[in-house]
Amino acid sequence: MTQQGVRWTADQVLALAPDAPSRKAGSKLGAAGPWSEAGSTGEGAVWGLCKGSGSKPYQTIVDIADVAGPAYKCSCPSRKFPCKHALGLLLVWAGTDGTVPDGGEPPAWAEEWLAARRKRADAKQGSAAAPAASADPEAARKRAEKRAERITAGATELEQRLSDLLRGGTASAEQMGYGLWEETAARMVDAQAPGLAARVRELGAIPSSGPGWPVRFLEECALLHLLDQGWLHRDRLPDGLAATVRSRVGLPAQAEGPPVRDRWVVLAQYDTADSRLTTRRIWLYGTESGRTALLLSYRAAGRAPALALPVGLALDAEVTGYTGTGQLRVELGEQFTAPAPTAQRPPGVRPEEAAARYGEALGDDPWLESWPVTLAEVIPTRAQDPRDARDARGTRDARETRDTGSWQLVDPATDSALPLAPSATSRPGLWRLIALSGGAPLTVFGECGHRGFTPLAAWPKDSGETVSLC
Amino acid sequence: MVTTALLGTERRPLPAAAHAPGKEAPIALLDAAALQTLRRRAGLRPAPAAALPEPAADDPRPPVPPAARRRLATLLTDQPGTGGGRRGAAPDLVELLPQWLALANARGYGAPPELLPALLNAARGRTDLRPQALTFAGPRALWLARLNPDWKFALRATPGGGVTLPSADDAPKVRRLWEEGLFAERVALLTTLRAHHAGATLDLLVSTWSTERAEDRLMFLDSLRTGLSAADEPFLERALTDRSRNVRATAAELLSALPDSALAGRMSSRAASCVAVDHTSDAPTLTVEAPHECDAGMERDGVTPKPPTGRGERSWWLGQLVEAAPLATWQPRLGNRTPAEIVALPVADDWRSELHAAWCRAAVRQRDVAWSRALLGTPASPDAAGPGAVSLAERAKLLASLPAAERADWVAGFIAAHGLSEAFQLLGVCAVPWAEPLGRAVVDSLNIARDAGSYPWSFSGVMGLAERCLDPSEAVRLEALTAIPDEAENASPGAGGYWSEAFQRLVTTLRLRAAIRDELPPP
Repeated sequence: MTQQGVRWTADQVLALAPDAPSRKAGSKLGAAGPWSEAGSTGEGAVWGLCKGSGSKPYQTIVDIADVAGPAYKCSCPSRKFPCKHALGLLLVWAGTDGTVPDGGEPPAWAEEWLAARRKRADAKQGSAAAPAASADPEAARKRAEKRAERITAGATELEQRLSDLLRGGTASAEQMGYGLWEETAARMVDAQAPGLAARVRELGAIPSSGPGWPVRFLEECALLHLLDQGWLHRDRLPDGLAATVRSRVGLPAQAEGPPVRDRWVVLAQYDTADSRLTTRRIWLYGTESGRTALLLSYRAAGRAPALALPVGLALDAEVTGYTGTGQLRVELGEQFTAPAPTAQRPPGVRPEEAAARYGEALGDDPWLESWPVTLAEVIPTRAQDPRDARDARGTRDARETRDTGSWQLVDPATDSALPLAPSATSRPGLWRLIALSGGAPLTVFGECGHRGFTPLAAWPKDSGETVSLC
Repeated sequence: MVTTALLGTERRPLPAAAHAPGKEAPIALLDAAALQTLRRRAGLRPAPAAALPEPAADDPRPPVPPAARRRLATLLTDQPGTGGGRRGAAPDLVELLPQWLALANARGYGAPPELLPALLNAARGRTDLRPQALTFAGPRALWLARLNPDWKFALRATPGGGVTLPSADDAPKVRRLWEEGLFAERVALLTTLRAHHAGATLDLLVSTWSTERAEDRLMFLDSLRTGLSAADEPFLERALTDRSRNVRATAAELLSALPDSALAGRMSSRAASCVAVDHTSDAPTLTVEAPHECDAGMERDGVTPKPPTGRGERSWWLGQLVEAAPLATWQPRLGNRTPAEIVALPVADDWRSELHAAWCRAAVRQRDVAWSRALLGTPASPDAAGPGAVSLAERAKLLASLPAAERADWVAGFIAAHGLSEAFQLLGVCAVPWAEPLGRAVVDSLNIARDAGSYPWSFSGVMGLAERCLDPSEAVRLEALTAIPDEAENASPGAGGYWSEAFQRLVTTLRLRAAIRDELPPP
């Protein structure tokens, strides 16, 4: 169903790689040489034989039109997903040298797997249509009640700890070390409130986070207190806010409501990781609904989440929204075509509007760190020269840090600007953004929050492909 | 509020804003803080704009086509130094980056802005890549380099640090930059001027010559190398009496490259007086009478009087005279023989290697095709491989002055006669992609090496060169070599598999190069 000859870019393929070594290994296989009998159906199936060091070539198949993002199968022994052969095959397919012709018939070894997948997908759709029959609704209700009780006990305990902390003074937090916070977080895990546990852990990291920490610390204590109170009084909150509190505390949220079908442009995909978990965020923009949506997926630390969508392409798909948390989060439903290039972009707003949108969103979710916005016609500008920063601090150490100063996105029409978040100024994407601009205005998508703006994707002024900044 | 929080509600009273009757102090404080936090966050407004950056200069070149841009992105993601170990059958992308850049530059394409940071980082780590990378990166890279200290090298590597030079016609501006500019800017100005207005360059130089520092004089003098002509002779003649020995030597070298200069004439008569044909023996023989002293005149003309340790004074002086003398000296002097006939003459008293080496240096310096050809001899001659009169390094230099096709034929002949082990240096001076006979000779020799049963890594240098230099259209013919051969009795264990892998890599790389070439068509 994709148009013939419409293929991904190498960047988009490489974004699927689980880690840097895979990216490198995949790039090396992204040339015609080792491949034979390669082809694609033009409907999302790509296959090929890759000559390795053994006598028998590896059989590699990729289904890029799958509901849950691309699916891979390869006869190689690698435990990485996708393996370097799958990446290499997609790179050859993305190239223009005709090694992977379109409109072919899959060979028997590929057809078998593809047919099995289609069958499974049909079966899944069939079962999804049927009402989900819960084994024992009464038992489930009891379990939920039990859990709510434990969370309430946890939240009450946490309130006591916060209260003690404020009574004795937060100055002691600097000396307390991390152990006490770890212990409190563990208590919250026991109370089955992972959301509270994560906030407590973050709180513990603030006293060592540099100048100005007492203010940030008090703010986060206050927001944690607000969340405790929200949970303890959830029956007096409006439905939406109550749902937000439940999901912030860490209860699993449900995707509910009718699925929305749209042409979704993939704006950004990036991973964050802590010691336990890798979280992948994928931002989508619905070209017809004008809605911005977030796909979240998780994987144990050190492994890439399975869902991967190529930035800059658009897919015709259904999504279902979650309740609470500003209604941004969605679940990906049926995908009707393979992702294909698009010239459509989200319309941009001015910095005032961007800041206002975050402010409004806080009304629905006071714990929100940032809100997705697209800024139109802004110019990345250095807000503070690193040399000035050095002089101000006047230390040698400061000179040796890779401080590139602070940056902002300036709207020349209104002479107003959004500062970039400090974390964004140390990432390589910053320089891609600056290079792309060259001092001229461009359109930037990113997350706007109280720490500043984090750019995630950009488009040059005249037409051009989406440039990923993450 | 923060102060109260820091010290604790036990030690500090609540601020007025946080008073709430009926609540414990810590809770009241947290409530108030939550309210204020949200008020602050929800009330965030844009900041005043800082001064906008000067926009980057326009790049008038057409942007690279999409396929080529993706290829470049892939080449740039392949960082050297990761991986390591055996190379396997996959191509070495890093090695293809220089070729990609050279081709894009030759076709006049401009760089995609979003890839500039990766390009600058690559060039930062590899000095050999810098000239090509910076040419391709264009004006926006210099604009970026001024913003990021990591890329300072780009400003240093670009003449004048990317400062726009005044147009050559704007005499007052040129003069001002020459008199007040930084050293790098002045060199850049001189180089640019030299390309278009050789005379104006000289005028500038003369105007301040006596006040320049010795090191600067040397650099300025060096810039005259491009577009050297008889018009420069008076100035260079004067520089022969310079206070600095290095300046004198450079001036002499430049003058000797002007065959009609007075210095060339003086060197010619000095050298000619040292070499003669002796007709008294059975066959005509060259006799050499090296100079007995290095007089003041010779020294003034750039001859270094003191030889390096281990060399005799007289042969040292002779070498310098012959090297600096125009090669046209020898035909009339030595019985109207052609260069080939002269080189073929026996030389008396073991002077042959000294004399031939000096002629080689002269042929290289004067880029004399006939002499280069004569001194190279036939590629199959037995001493072409060994350390004969002319070393491999000198041969490589002599080859460089021959036309490309002849160069390739000569090296092909050399490989056919002597194999690959000595050919590496010679292959390096051949034009890329290799001409058909040369490519065939290399592949045939690799094939012979494989059949002889050795391991491919004994030839990894030549293999690597072949990957970068063979004509991509050779890929088809090489296909047959990628099969794993039957293990011969005398072969090293497993060698066949490694050879197959090496040839596979060669074929893959050639295919990739063909793709790169097709993706960068002339705009």
